[in-house]
Amino acid sequence: MSLITSLTKRQPATTSSDPARDIREKDGRLAFWLVVPSLIVLTIVIAFPVVWSFVRSLYGDGIGATPFVGGDNYANALWGNGSAEFWDAARFTYFFTAVSVVLEVLIGVAMALVANRAFRGRGLLRASVLVPWAIPTAVAAVLWKWAFDPNGIVNAVTGWDLIWTGAEGPSTVAIIVADVWKTAPFVALLVLAGLQIIPEDVYEAARLDGANARQQFLRITLPLVRPALLVAILFRLLDALRMYDLPAIMTGGANGTTTLSVLVVQSSLSQLKPGYGGALATLTFLLIFITAFLFVRMLNVNAVEQAGVRTPRKKDSE
Amino acid sequence: MTTRTPEPTIKGARWRAKKSVHHGSRLSMIGQNAALAAIIVFCLAPFYWMVVSSLKSPDEIFDNSLVPAEPTLLNYEAVFGAENTFVYALRNSFVIAGSVTIIALLFGVLAAYAIARLQFRFKTTVLALFLATSMFPGAAILTPLFQLFAKLGWIDTYQAMIIPDISFSLPLGVWILTSFFRAMPWELEAAARVDGCSRGQAFRKIILPLAVPGVFTTAILVFISAWNEFMIANSMSQTPDAQPVTVAIAQFTGVSQYDKPYGTQMAAGVIVTIPLIILVLIFQRRIISGLTAGGLK
Repeated sequence: MSLITSLTKRQPATTSSDPARDIREKDGRLAFWLVVPSLIVLTIVIAFPVVWSFVRSLYGDGIGATPFVGGDNYANALWGNGSAEFWDAARFTYFFTAVSVVLEVLIGVAMALVANRAFRGRGLLRASVLVPWAIPTAVAAVLWKWAFDPNGIVNAVTGWDLIWTGAEGPSTVAIIVADVWKTAPFVALLVLAGLQIIPEDVYEAARLDGANARQQFLRITLPLVRPALLVAILFRLLDALRMYDLPAIMTGGANGTTTLSVLVVQSSLSQLKPGYGGALATLTFLLIFITAFLFVRMLNVNAVEQAGVRTPRKKDSE
Repeated sequence: MTTRTPEPTIKGARWRAKKSVHHGSRLSMIGQNAALAAIIVFCLAPFYWMVVSSLKSPDEIFDNSLVPAEPTLLNYEAVFGAENTFVYALRNSFVIAGSVTIIALLFGVLAAYAIARLQFRFKTTVLALFLATSMFPGAAILTPLFQLFAKLGWIDTYQAMIIPDISFSLPLGVWILTSFFRAMPWELEAAARVDGCSRGQAFRKIILPLAVPGVFTTAILVFISAWNEFMIANSMSQTPDAQPVTVAIAQFTGVSQYDKPYGTQMAAGVIVTIPLIILVLIFQRRIISGLTAGGLK
């Protein structure tokens, strides 16, 4: 496409039509047909339930008639009868997310750096990094539930006699350990892909200029791997904030380990309160949306700054 | 960032570079191996524990020995025993995850190509929409979907799980494919078109082969996320006819119904994980060679 425009630039068009505009319109029509199938699926499975959920949240629960109650379900969740369990779930979800994602990023980046450097044992390393990632979360939950059993391996190795799923602190630790083990390799995998497209010449040039290992990491590796890393963090963030499988299987949400997702499912399906559950669902979505929006917003600012730094250099070199 | 520092003489630079490489390699050999070992233990120890536990009899399982004294396949017999319909669960998981992967990739490749390569007006809106849908917690759409599928008579059918799973994988797929497509050497497409290829030909003959590694990477992610899905399947499937493995394992009964079925669950976990590991090892070569060959060289 860029070639066509450059061709037309070289031979100025004698007609008055604007070829660039033609291309744009053609692109637009093609793009429409390419994007529409995905959008239709998402509309049926996501948009419709979202709207349904929101509308339903404005009505009461009970057998038979469900009267319009407006914002009562929301008031109930935010400062009414349900406020304690809603805010407890929100607090636990954010605590779990913050601790897990930080640990996963640190461990994941470290793993990727080692994997990228390794010459011997590279195959074994890659294979083992992929094992936790490949295990289904439900299976990992059962595995860690067994490991954290009062008679399980964790107590046997540490010599403690903890009933891990019996209190809030230990339950939280167990769930975070399970999640970090399961998904740090996923972060490593995405970062490793980013690391591998950095050409070796760049490091060689830096070494010739006298850059030490730390400078190479901070000035070359980190900036170049940043896009891959940020995407990994974003997806981890979104995943952790709606964590359901691990607490649902390991603790059933007991002892303060109810995440927002577990609370929504409990309220709307188990307790058959789709109205109240709908309100909880909408609130959960809003919290996750705001978090992700802030994260992406901060990225954009940084991306613009980076582009601003890069532009003059690019001009320089050309 | 790159403030010009006085350039060292070529001789000095070479000497310094040589020294640092030499120095670094000897020091890092030990650290490197230690780090490698640590990573492998971190990743494999729990999996090893799953395998070991699966080979222990109900009498032995709680003694926490690192090697089974008397390895037994009792748990594996129980997995495929009459009370656990695990074979059906495996079949169901393959059908569901396979269909999700094919359909999601088909849609995802089209959308990602448009977003990466074409100029159109609502591009940012479309991308934002994908991102927004990927944020929506599955728990929140569960109830409406359950009621909708119940009305259609779809409870306990494959499509009741396939359709939601597609929509969960699409945003991830589109994101990864888009970033992959953006990084591809599109000069080759332009070159092909100068040589007389149509847009479609250039896409099929030049771009598609180059895109294969990225598409496979995405396929693995999508397949595994569909294979791992638990929450939707847990409510949509109610009999062994449609239950995938994740739901089946959580509902296992043990060798004897009085003990905790950990041994049986571990055995089932091993069985479920093995096809994934095989899959990952096969595709891994493609990913690696794809990522290195994908660059324009």
